Amino acid sequence: MASRPAHFDVLIIGAGPAGIAAACCASESGARVGLLDNNPQIGGQIWRGESQHPSHIEAREWLQKFASAKIEFLASTEVIDHLEPGRLVVQSVGMQSGDDVRELTYRNLILCTGARELFLPFPGWTLPNVMGAGGLQALVKSGLPIADKKVIVAGTGPLLLAVAAHLREHGAEVRLIAEQAPRHRLARFALSLAFERAKLAQAFAIRRQLSSVPYKTSCWPIRATGEGKLETVFLRTGAHTWQESCDYLACGFHLVPNTELAALIGCELRGGFVQVDDSQRTSIAGVFAAGELTGIGGVEASIGEGQIAGYAATDRSGSTASLLPQKQRLDHFASLLKRTFALRDELRSLPDSETLVCRCEDVKFARIRNHSSWRDSKLHTRCGMGPCQGRICGAATEFLLGWRADSVRPPVFAAPVQVLAIAGSSQSQPDLVSHEEFR
Amino acid sequence: MKLPVYEVLIIGAGIVGAACAAACAREGLEVGIVEADIVGGGATAAGMGHLVVMDDSEAQFALTRYSQTLWRRLSEQLPADVEYDGCGTIWVASDADEMSAVVQKKQFYESRGVPAQILDSHQLHEVEQSLREGLPGGLLVPEDAVIYAPCAARFLVEQAQSRGAQLHCPRVVTEIAPDGVRLNDGSSIVAQSIVVAAGTWSTRLFPGIDVRPRKGHLLITDRYPGFVRHQLVELGYLKSAHSFISESVAFNIQPRKTGQMLLGSSRQFDKDSSEVDHPMLARMISRAEEFIPNLSRLSAIRTWTGFRAATPDKLPLVGPVPGHENLFLATGHEGLGITTSLGTAELLLNQLLRRETEIPAAPYLPGRVYEGVHA
Ligand SMILES: Cc1cc2nc3c(=O)[nH]c(=O)nc-3n(C[C@H](O)[C@H](O)[C@H](O)COP(=O)(O)OP(=O)(O)OC[C@H]3O[C@@H](n4cnc5c(N)ncnc54)[C@H](O)[C@@H]3O)c2cc1C
Ligand SMILES: Cc1cc2nc3c(=O)[nH]c(=O)nc-3n(C[C@H](O)[C@H](O)[C@H](O)COP(=O)(O)OP(=O)(O)OC[C@H]3O[C@@H](n4cnc5c(N)ncnc54)[C@H](O)[C@@H]3O)c2cc1C
Repeated sequence: MASRPAHFDVLIIGAGPAGIAAACCASESGARVGLLDNNPQIGGQIWRGESQHPSHIEAREWLQKFASAKIEFLASTEVIDHLEPGRLVVQSVGMQSGDDVRELTYRNLILCTGARELFLPFPGWTLPNVMGAGGLQALVKSGLPIADKKVIVAGTGPLLLAVAAHLREHGAEVRLIAEQAPRHRLARFALSLAFERAKLAQAFAIRRQLSSVPYKTSCWPIRATGEGKLETVFLRTGAHTWQESCDYLACGFHLVPNTELAALIGCELRGGFVQVDDSQRTSIAGVFAAGELTGIGGVEASIGEGQIAGYAATDRSGSTASLLPQKQRLDHFASLLKRTFALRDELRSLPDSETLVCRCEDVKFARIRNHSSWRDSKLHTRCGMGPCQGRICGAATEFLLGWRADSVRPPVFAAPVQVLAIAGSSQSQPDLVSHEEFR
Repeated sequence: MKLPVYEVLIIGAGIVGAACAAACAREGLEVGIVEADIVGGGATAAGMGHLVVMDDSEAQFALTRYSQTLWRRLSEQLPADVEYDGCGTIWVASDADEMSAVVQKKQFYESRGVPAQILDSHQLHEVEQSLREGLPGGLLVPEDAVIYAPCAARFLVEQAQSRGAQLHCPRVVTEIAPDGVRLNDGSSIVAQSIVVAAGTWSTRLFPGIDVRPRKGHLLITDRYPGFVRHQLVELGYLKSAHSFISESVAFNIQPRKTGQMLLGSSRQFDKDSSEVDHPMLARMISRAEEFIPNLSRLSAIRTWTGFRAATPDKLPLVGPVPGHENLFLATGHEGLGITTSLGTAELLLNQLLRRETEIPAAPYLPGRVYEGVHA
């Protein structure tokens, strides 16, 4: 890290819809804008790989804007550490030597790190071919043959439909979509969508595509079995339990925000989300947040927030006024989503004593359930101490046991030891710390 | 409501309080423990868990050796999650001067019955292949060990509970009264004797004592079984750990039973934020890389910090507070409290029962005068 760090007026972390919108709007001011993502391509979960053939009009519009804007895209780059306000340490993904560690400095930072799927542990969830819904979709996008495979899509939220439609398009035989939310809540949701013409049209299109696929509400998987890999899924609806044979189970119990970097920087969180004001400012000066990490509201909300953040971070809050009413409408949609797809209490009894909760450290549910908090359990059972640092089991235990896994320490992602040494020894203020000392 | 009444009330369920509780309950005393947060969640959750015999003073030797022996005796009873590993320590010399210190160290240990073996350059490299070549040698102390202290604290508390001790957790002691303590929920506990084992927090309950928090950094890697096989500590550690004022780092790496590598150590005074101090962490890593160049390639998964309760003469405060017959201290264990917890507990138990102690108690008495040290 000998060379001088690259400096950006606005640095954006995460190149999903929120990040792309933020970058485009920030670049309008002529500021030097950097956008980084740990993926080789822009697009995030939803638009990735769509630069050539965007699936929606919004995607087309924003991907085109991005292509013509002056934005430096740092591909396959992940943030490892935050040294102090204005200074981040990044590394190229997959580099294990630490040779590719760089420091980036910024005036304003916009966090658009998005959300990941919530996995709930149930007996058999660790069998091969039991996957995250978004995960299976991503695998299919990158070439996993799914034609004629029998798939069950289960969990909750609009993502299930999108995934099912995608799998179907690629020839999968989707046997069932199991939505845990009850029918009456979905009906109310659909009714509210009546005012959201675009969303409604989208929903209808997907439903049409899936017309022959059984869609069961108040239904969820309770167990998966198989020799060496998934063969059978046991499902429940009401008091009724039955089994289905299949090749893949794609499970998604909605989304949890990726707040690790925000937490490391010290941004205030509330209810698990980053707190922002009307200009997407977090509690830390010069740090903004947009998209799913401020609330799960879908693509449109993410784009809107990204725009506001991009303008606010280039001191053009005036340009955001027109976006505010839309933001309020979408906030309303986000809370509607939350209410509709709230996880039912029965799911808290999904894991049995023997079910693995922490896959990194092989910790079974029986060992953690009588502890008093995340930290108590972590210190005494190692749950959440592995390389993923509780990214999976943390969210699961939050739902199952009401814990909050809030403690983040460097590195944000596992990184070669050397990265932390380099990161700490490149002080921007040489008068404060003498370099001799680091020999 | 009837107030709980104990013969001994222990404030703090870190490794020290837990050990005291287990010892007192074993002798049939009625024991109460008050823990503000989590059993073993204070400094005990940060420390390396190296059970090590030290030789920088006779008193420190006596307590660490006594304690190490007690740990060895207890090791068979320890559950798997305490991760007891009798891996031994190698004190690594980095130059000829330090190699002559190795010889003296061996003499010190052997004359006091502690097995120790000098490794020459070749032998050192043979047993620890990750160390860079060309180091002059080291001293192997095979009876040292490593544990995972949070689970050890929990085990000791459970042992006490199985003999009738009561754990009040989470409850914070807000005040020490003549006949017991007051808690943050407004209630009181009556006790004949009180033991303050609240680590660095002890000064809040007892402002007069000379204990200062001394910050340390740690880094843990992913699993690399066999990367190092003993706890490796640079001999220069003695120099750096001793200076009371300055900031220092030393090479100190520990193989965990999980196959992970735990890297220490740094020492800083007058830091009250638990945040990772990047330049300090970098210095600590660079120091270790001088001994193990390949360390830089291992994958680091977490870093954290902890605070040691340091006294001016590096010895803990164990025993009755002068002028308060029924008030005892068990704190100030600096960077050795996991090791010395068991010895501390036996000293304290005998002091409580007004019995003879197995090793002389005087060097650790809270009333001692610090000779030749200035804070
Ligand atoms: C022998 C040993 C082995 C260990 N092995 C592992 C391991 O393999 N993997 C692993 O993950 N951990 C491991 N740990 C460390 C453990 O998970 C904790 O990190 C450790 O107990 C220190 O706690 P902490 O200070 O990080 O506090 P935490 O337990 O993380 O949390 C304490 C509080 O501090 C706050 N906090 C967290 N970060 C900061 C910050 N940057 N600044 C200010 N406040 C903060 C949190 O919000 C929380 O409320 C090990 C510990 C020991 C003793
Ligand atoms: C970086 C580092 C590395 C170390 N490495 C080693 C090592 O390798 N080997 C070794 O032997 N030692 C090591 N140590 C030292 C060791 O960790 C400590 O000496 C030891 O854990 C101290 O234990 P304790 O029980 O006194 O304190 P703590 O573990 O801090 O326990 C005190 C307890 O008291 C509770 N408490 C505080 N106030 C109140 C109150 N008012 N009411 C109720 N409860 C209260 C706290 O919640 C806490 O649980 C290391 C320490 C650090 C920081």
